[in-house]
Amino acid sequence: MRLRSVKVYLAVLLGLVLATAPAFGQAASTPKVDSGDNSWMLVSSALVLMMSGPGLALFYGGLVRKKNVLGTFMQTFAMMAVITVLWAVVMYSLAFGHGNAFIGGFNHVFLKGVSLTPNPTYAATIPEQTFMVYQLMFAIITPALITGAFAERMKFSAMLVFSVLWALFIYSPMAHMVWGEGGLLNAALGGKFPCLDFAGGTVVHVTSGVSALVTAIYLGKRIGFPKEPMPPHSVVLSFIGACLLWVGWFGFNAGSALASGTLATSAFVATHFGAAAAALGWLAAEWFRNGKPSALGGISGAVAGLVAITPAAGFVTPMSALAIGAIAGVFCFYMVVKVKNIFGYDDSLDAFGVHGAGGTLGAILTGIFANSSINPLLGAGKATGFFEGNHTQVLNQAIGVGLAWGISIVGTLILLFIVDKLIGLRVSPEDEAIGLDLSQHGEEGYHAEASAH
Amino acid sequence: MLKIEAVIQPGKLDAVKDALVEIGVQGMTILEARGHGRQKGHTEFYRGREYSVDLLPKIKIETVVADDIAEKAINAIIAAAQTGKIGDGKIFVSRVDEVIRIRNEERGEIAI
Repeated sequence: MRLRSVKVYLAVLLGLVLATAPAFGQAASTPKVDSGDNSWMLVSSALVLMMSGPGLALFYGGLVRKKNVLGTFMQTFAMMAVITVLWAVVMYSLAFGHGNAFIGGFNHVFLKGVSLTPNPTYAATIPEQTFMVYQLMFAIITPALITGAFAERMKFSAMLVFSVLWALFIYSPMAHMVWGEGGLLNAALGGKFPCLDFAGGTVVHVTSGVSALVTAIYLGKRIGFPKEPMPPHSVVLSFIGACLLWVGWFGFNAGSALASGTLATSAFVATHFGAAAAALGWLAAEWFRNGKPSALGGISGAVAGLVAITPAAGFVTPMSALAIGAIAGVFCFYMVVKVKNIFGYDDSLDAFGVHGAGGTLGAILTGIFANSSINPLLGAGKATGFFEGNHTQVLNQAIGVGLAWGISIVGTLILLFIVDKLIGLRVSPEDEAIGLDLSQHGEEGYHAEASAH
Repeated sequence: MLKIEAVIQPGKLDAVKDALVEIGVQGMTILEARGHGRQKGHTEFYRGREYSVDLLPKIKIETVVADDIAEKAINAIIAAAQTGKIGDGKIFVSRVDEVIRIRNEERGEIAI
């Protein structure tokens, strides 16, 4: 046992030495770093981390019962730590290294060759380490999104193992296929089926949302669902979280321009418009159906709009963004309040209803609304979206989404089965009754005795 | 000595408190409570899921008064807390055998 850990330590050390060595050698003949681009991308990286850290954690944490608030926070927070280490060791290489059409290679293992000079394949004006850390923030939030589906009932240990495997075997290949050099779906870098996904509608939201649905069904319902009432313990926390998500999303979408030029502005505007229109769409549908527009409805709509506009952000006009948002707001409302109840699965915090459904819708709508005047990615003057005359693009979008659905369903099922056999996925019924905070972490979010004096 | 326990709408606390102090009630204890009478609860919607909330937030005021001002105190509470709508609350009156001031061990009405 001792010998083994020493060996692992040496291997890691060797990896780090190998990784740092070429960084000095390459600096001579490289493209120039643009300080404006780099500053925007560093800010964007921080904004995307803010979406996980306070944003998603608060959004989800408020929706659970108060005995599970810390457990829910910790599921997202753990991703910030675990995925970061995983990314440095191997994931960046698997997603963005030299490989085949489906997955990257091992040439960037231990961040070997990922230096402070730009990698013109991906972003010619920012250090590759900026690109690397920016992409890392996406890899963090994606598995964190899934946690909404298995809230209040999964073991912390099982969640960690599952998330690590999921990041390696589902996120890495999807990211490579859509964004990696030579990826099957990469529209910019020679993909076979060019799929337009500006900021990760397919890579982030479809994969996480569909995997969430699979997880919710595999794990089964929470004890007492749906007979026992399980209202959100604090819509206030969720409200703060959702508004932080909205702001952070500017880094997610406008940052995906990988520069601070006009495309970033276009994506920024589309993002904001999509969120606003979707908030109104959800509120209107809710007002019409339930008689009252709720705060939770407003923020859920905004998040649904942000999800749907994510693949479209760098491709559509402001008016198209309003349309995409409005459609997504109403669509996701019915997915969450109607479709979920018809099938009866316990997607506790609606990770599928918002991210899976909204992401799929957004990907298809991107193929419809994309316009070459915003982004001539498919070639200058060439029609991009359906309305512009490129009718096959919707098909490409469907291929991308279909592939994401397939990989997510099959991959997640296999990984869940493995982790279930290995350590078991669910907490015991007793632990579920007392809550994850006490049973998994030995602490409470709200301690009545401690606050009395 | 009589103990008056009044369960009222949370929004009426200040008005009732002021009315009691005005007629000479020396002290009172306020409890944040939840409950329902004939009013029953209401319905809440979270993402389309309907929850019925039976126990509504209420304020319970407890005060012990001398027999001669009990009726005045009850009327003061009614005047301040009444809206005429369902859910205004209730007043319970019961006899108290003894009151003891812990500080100096005074007993009876003088200790109220």
